[in-house]
Amino acid sequence: MERLSINDPPPGPQHGNNAQQGQQGQQPPQVGVSQGPPQLPPQMFTTAAQLLDLTDKKLVLVLRDGRKLIGVLRSWDQFANLVLQDTIERLYAGNLYADIPRGIFLVRGENVLLLGEIDLDKEDDIPAHLQKAPFQEVFDLKKKEDNERKRSDKKRNNQLQGLGFEAEHSGEILF
Amino acid sequence: MLFFSFFKTLTNQVVTIELKNDIRIRGVLKSVDQYLNIKLDEVDVLDLDKYPHLSSVKNMFIRGSVVRYVVLPRSEVDVGLLEDATRREAANQVSKAR
Repeated sequence: MERLSINDPPPGPQHGNNAQQGQQGQQPPQVGVSQGPPQLPPQMFTTAAQLLDLTDKKLVLVLRDGRKLIGVLRSWDQFANLVLQDTIERLYAGNLYADIPRGIFLVRGENVLLLGEIDLDKEDDIPAHLQKAPFQEVFDLKKKEDNERKRSDKKRNNQLQGLGFEAEHSGEILF
Repeated sequence: MLFFSFFKTLTNQVVTIELKNDIRIRGVLKSVDQYLNIKLDEVDVLDLDKYPHLSSVKNMFIRGSVVRYVVLPRSEVDVGLLEDATRREAANQVSKAR
């Protein structure tokens, strides 16, 4: 597929009007040539246009369950279903983090929270307070943190419900 | 469709987006689509210490379904016009339902 960015003007013969063609003698006559499929406008306000810019870039994908995946976006569709290659999962807990190599991911769009393009110049500038640690250590710490958070969220939701508030996102906990 | 068109008029403005998981992100609104998915450029995550995974991110795609608020620049919004448009849209919906 031709790599278009949303800033590109639409290609093809529609770009100029027919009156100009008389002045530009080197152009072949367009008489009888079908216009082909309609060209996309310069600013395509579609999911596809937004994701096209991110294709083949290194991204951090945050899922609804709080997972952070870092990989290269290779394919996608209009629902933001995504394919990531050479993915690693990065766990954060306290001021520790750990990487787990995962491989290829096919993610269903509804689970996507956000997709951020990583600035390759800054990617190695890990915030000073963070330290890399063995997976098991981070995993155990994270489990503890998650349980605590779950408990406090549940308590808060119950209190809110008692006051007549409906829990946001139907009580599902987003990270 | 009204708010899709409305957000299209706000492209290249600085907006702050609060997600349902409380992350707040300020950035330049680059694009929006029919689901109100949002593309932000020059992102700046407020309270970055809590979200270290976003420290090296320069632009992002946010799924519309996880947005709680979009904070807009006051000067760029014609509230009167928006009111009229929403009422007209609501009236259309009613007449369509009949």
